[in-house]
Amino acid sequence: MAKSKPRVKAPKAAGKGEVITIKTLISHKMESGQRKDKQGNLIPRQIIHNFTAKFNGETVFSVDIEPAISANPYLQFKMRADEPGEFEFIWEDDDGSVYSKKQKLSVT
Amino acid sequence: MKTLSLKGDAMKDMTRRDALWMTAGLLAVAVVPLPVDAADTAMEEIRQFTGGSEAAESGKISLEMPEIAENGNTVPLTVSVDSPMSGDDYVKRVMVLADANPRPGVATFHFSPKSGVAEASTRMRLARTQNVIAVAEMSDGSFHMAKATVKVTIGGCGG
Amino acid sequence: MVMRTKIALLSAAAAGLVMSGYAFALPEGVDTVQVTATAKDHPLGELYSGWHFRTPETQALQQDDFENPGFLWVEQGAELWETVDGSEQKSCASCHEDAADSMATTGAQMPKWNEALGKPVNLEQQINMCRSERMGAKPWKWESSELLSMTSFVRNQSRGTPVEVQIDGPMTPWFEKGKDLYNTRVGQLDLACVNCHQNYYGQSIRADRLSQGQSNGFPTYRLKWQKIGSLHRRFKGCMDQVRAEPYKVGSDEFLALELYVNWRGQGLPVEAPAVRQ
Repeated sequence: MAKSKPRVKAPKAAGKGEVITIKTLISHKMESGQRKDKQGNLIPRQIIHNFTAKFNGETVFSVDIEPAISANPYLQFKMRADEPGEFEFIWEDDDGSVYSKKQKLSVT
Repeated sequence: MKTLSLKGDAMKDMTRRDALWMTAGLLAVAVVPLPVDAADTAMEEIRQFTGGSEAAESGKISLEMPEIAENGNTVPLTVSVDSPMSGDDYVKRVMVLADANPRPGVATFHFSPKSGVAEASTRMRLARTQNVIAVAEMSDGSFHMAKATVKVTIGGCGG
Repeated sequence: MVMRTKIALLSAAAAGLVMSGYAFALPEGVDTVQVTATAKDHPLGELYSGWHFRTPETQALQQDDFENPGFLWVEQGAELWETVDGSEQKSCASCHEDAADSMATTGAQMPKWNEALGKPVNLEQQINMCRSERMGAKPWKWESSELLSMTSFVRNQSRGTPVEVQIDGPMTPWFEKGKDLYNTRVGQLDLACVNCHQNYYGQSIRADRLSQGQSNGFPTYRLKWQKIGSLHRRFKGCMDQVRAEPYKVGSDEFLALELYVNWRGQGLPVEAPAVRQ
């Protein structure tokens, strides 16, 4: 796909201290830098090389990503809901693009 | 191409120019790294990750992967580490390697006490049948390791 | 008594599921992956979606619409549905409004006869006709991100609807032509569709399990492609692999084959976007 689009599935509300599951997916070809085109030239690497999940500005989970992660990278992880606030999910592309998505979480 | 022999009469037959070329050849060999087995590269990456510390296959990490992958392009994996994930006892990071990929690195997951549970899932590429290795670094500086062997199949008429 | 019968039936159904190798529930959005063929001259008795032949891990990818990467295309298609394009300043929604209503069965009934053209048109062709004739917009290329997104979105509106294509009247010669192609050996390997997908489905071809070659999951996210692709791309891939000279995507040959293959899956619910190996 031409432009990368992130998708996030995380609960909107959680009980205090509850461990919640966050699922993320972003459209990206994850060009490994190992493939050759029809003329035999190496296709330059272009991947999402980092994912960071912040909650109220604090990093709670991040991933250094290598070309061995599949196209349209899927990442699933956990977080303990201690207080209400806002998630920020950030994907960094080799080409300098940064994709992000925000979502609120209420805690009762 | 001349056969390289430094013994006996062959040495006497060598001209000055030959000797020069040979030296240049040896130098070239010295600067170009020798091809290393992919599994060795993986071991080297583990050594760098642990700083030389022992990473025990202690059963603290679980690495969930299919025994047989239908296609090496998208192989699901879940890694989890047994830890209370409290402020003074938690998993700092988990590195995942595939020991027979062109480059063994797959991903490094960075956790925090806020994670609650040290568990992450993703989908990875496997060039062929091989071992996937996960190494975890704990907050007390200890390291743990787990391995899974995944068979990668080739479909029908080659696709 | 009635209760007991019900329980017995339920456990029989559960045993059936276990025996057929379903590690999970059905793929999201459909109530079955197996139906009995109804046409009396159908060459198969039971029809199985390609989902049936996949490993638990591949099935799991289609288990949940969030984890199914095909939905990246469905979502892009939903945006394009509302996007105004071309000289007429129209979007798909300008005429067809809510796709959930207007496209609820469309995806299950293509290809359809087009009187003006005097031939059937499939979903890709219908979308591009709308673009050029109604919207004054440029048609999208086959396998372009836009066309794949739109076909995935429209077919997804018909998810769960049983496939039902018209094969009588003017469609008959196209159906017969598709049937011919299905049964004609081609390429260096000298294979016809029928040799693998009818005579040997369920058996192994090297490390792969042969499916019935059903089309109800298309456009499909294939792990091999690492993206979504059309049925015609899959046809082409099959022909390449038996080392035949493939027909072109969008050709009359593939259109006829699509009609015939869809008929072979008559009654199977649309699964698009499916996930396959």
